[in-house]
Amino acid sequence: MAEILRYEHVDIAYNGISAVQDVSFSLREGEILGIAGESGSGKSTLIRAAMGLLVPNGLVTRGDIRYKGKNLPDLPEKELRRLNGREIGMIFQSAGSSFCPIRTVGAQLYESMTEHEKLSREEFRSHATALLGKLGFPDGRRILESYPFELSGGMQQRVGIAAAILLNPSVLLADEPTSALDVSAQKQVVEEMLLVRKTFGTAIILVTHNIGVIRAMADRVLVMKDGRVVESGETRQVLEHPRADYTRTLMSAVPRLRRA
Amino acid sequence: MEPILSVRNLTKVFSRRGRERVTAAKHISFDLMPGECLGIIGESGSGKTTVVNMITRLLDVTEGQIILDGEEITGLSGKALRKVYAGMQMVFQSPTESFDPRRRLGDGIGESLRNAGWSREDTKAEVARLLEECGLPAEYADRYPHQVSGGQCQRAAIARALAIRPKVLICDEATSSLDVTIQKEILDLLNRLRREKGMNLSILFICHDFAVVQQFCDRVLVMHHGEIVEEGTPDNVIRNPQNDDTRRLIDSIL
Amino acid sequence: MSEPTVRIQKVRRNTLKIRLIVFGALAAGLLIGSIFSDYLTPYDPYLQDLMNTKAAPSAEHLLGTDRYGRDMLSRVIVGSRASIFSTLLLVAIITVTGTVIGLFCGWHGKWIDTVLMRISDMFLAFPGLVFALAVAGVLGGGLHNAIIALAAISWPKYARIARSQTLAQKETLWLKAAKLSGSSTGKIVLKHILPNIIGPILVTSMLDIGTMMMELAGLSFLGLGAKPPTAEWGSMMSDTRSLLTTAPWVTLAPGLAIFVSVMIFNLLGDTVRDWADPKMRGR
Repeated sequence: MAEILRYEHVDIAYNGISAVQDVSFSLREGEILGIAGESGSGKSTLIRAAMGLLVPNGLVTRGDIRYKGKNLPDLPEKELRRLNGREIGMIFQSAGSSFCPIRTVGAQLYESMTEHEKLSREEFRSHATALLGKLGFPDGRRILESYPFELSGGMQQRVGIAAAILLNPSVLLADEPTSALDVSAQKQVVEEMLLVRKTFGTAIILVTHNIGVIRAMADRVLVMKDGRVVESGETRQVLEHPRADYTRTLMSAVPRLRRA
Repeated sequence: MEPILSVRNLTKVFSRRGRERVTAAKHISFDLMPGECLGIIGESGSGKTTVVNMITRLLDVTEGQIILDGEEITGLSGKALRKVYAGMQMVFQSPTESFDPRRRLGDGIGESLRNAGWSREDTKAEVARLLEECGLPAEYADRYPHQVSGGQCQRAAIARALAIRPKVLICDEATSSLDVTIQKEILDLLNRLRREKGMNLSILFICHDFAVVQQFCDRVLVMHHGEIVEEGTPDNVIRNPQNDDTRRLIDSIL
Repeated sequence: MSEPTVRIQKVRRNTLKIRLIVFGALAAGLLIGSIFSDYLTPYDPYLQDLMNTKAAPSAEHLLGTDRYGRDMLSRVIVGSRASIFSTLLLVAIITVTGTVIGLFCGWHGKWIDTVLMRISDMFLAFPGLVFALAVAGVLGGGLHNAIIALAAISWPKYARIARSQTLAQKETLWLKAAKLSGSSTGKIVLKHILPNIIGPILVTSMLDIGTMMMELAGLSFLGLGAKPPTAEWGSMMSDTRSLLTTAPWVTLAPGLAIFVSVMIFNLLGDTVRDWADPKMRGR
């Protein structure tokens, strides 16, 4: 599978203080890469760098972030904006709060789509309802006509994911997508993201502190601590046979449900 | 053996003019036995926070009774209620926000002692001892909440709760906002303190994580839509849920 | 954020301490000057010199003399006692009254809150001048009554701030923790609520000094405040209006004093507001 995103020896600093040190990894088409770590590990900072969300206090001080050959931190703002949404989608912890509360979901999705493509409202409506249908929403039309506050937290998050993949980006960056959700909503969001990968072949980078989510979704995982990658590899291998000390400490601290 | 905390038919209805009445908790009844750790698990909106706020009398009860150590505390207020708090304490979900940002940690930890009539010197000494018992250096008494990490702040919160030597400790999602390695440290600390001679602490542990409840609690109540839908030991409830809502909850766990 | 905005912010942050010291010193100087005004006058402010009336500013009389030959600088200095002191007294009254009432309402809520807030709305509805006229009509003129009139309509602003701040404090986790620690209402209010709400109130207070000084001077100018022989800048300006074309310094001297004082207090207020803003302090 072709490689679409590559971090090469990336250093990131916030206000002069080092937040990420010497991180290198690559993401292949259709792959789900998990980045696990606790608070302060630098995992969120790492993927925000790809979308140019570090400004004004953060800066990539060394290394390259290559998307299809282009170095992202070097791109002019106009080009980066063109990539965001169309080729690289992003979903945050509270998708609900990134929606404007006084406009319908449909209106906002239409607006974000027309930033990149010219299409009529009818074309948008059929595209969006088809997408929502594929993602398992029973009544796409009703969702589009709803206001954000009319949807539950889990529903908002799922709509946020749909919004992120509206233009069929090749990469979806997910920063703690399930952390603000109840257990049942978490499962639905995880299933939706897996469906997205299956149906559209979207590659996903999943940043989370929740090992359970990583276990359920990621093909490969990077474990981060204090800005560095301490271990990486196939998910099952890393989680069940951790080699690094920190990974071992982390895995022994994660409470596991004993079902039998 | 008599229960240390007994809750009977506890109900809370929120009614506001011009809006529909909301029943946040319906006929909640349970007992907490001395030395026991009872978990309350449920999703957001299940009513567990409402129940806890009623038990600690931070919220008025619509119906029902709360009996702490043989004394009914349901309708108490003012000075009588303040006396009750010597027997019941709470650790909150956001450790840093549970301390006044303008006061030092030592002030917060010693507040219950000063209110009970302890002198300044005695309080200072006891605060130092409590901090060390909870795994923090005694100098942390002089720090401000924003100067310490979340995990350290929660240790200070536990020190504060145990200062007055309560019989019942309520942990309201006490580890939910902490990193997983810190969560383990805090749970270990609570376990150690629980089994300490002379403490005889009973814990009411509100949590949304079944795996944590399984390793920490002796019994668990499952709440859904304001009602208790299931009760039993964590192992029994997880392996053999009787109620549909409980089963759905357990199946959702990744 | 654009480049110039970031630079301006940086400059403001770096000069914060300097500005605080400079404006604080100037304001303190004004206050001390007003208290000790009697000792600071170069000439006796009431001494008439009919040989030297309406003299233009000179080395001898820095601000000239008025129609009775009295030294203007001395009169302005003496007027500061009434103008500055009364203003500070007024601001202190409305801050304390408003805060106490607002705190009470925020804490207790229910019907007492409704009643007091509607009363405060009532006072807010009156324009300052109209109310002052009414008070003057009932109580007679004079500086004391002008202060009463302005105090009556200005306290609601502070009550609102204190009330909303108190309501916000009631929702915090640390307040719940304080209740569980067995602290009584009084203790909670003094130890936990007051220190946390005083910031915005103090800043509003500082910024209001300039406004209140203008209002007081304005009322005195209209004859509703200080009356002769009380030396007060506003009334001084009013008495000497007719001299504006022939001996302008007589009217402009007290006007300049008002201008400079208001500016110093406003600049101090701006600086205190910046100081209270955590972003400015770089925390």
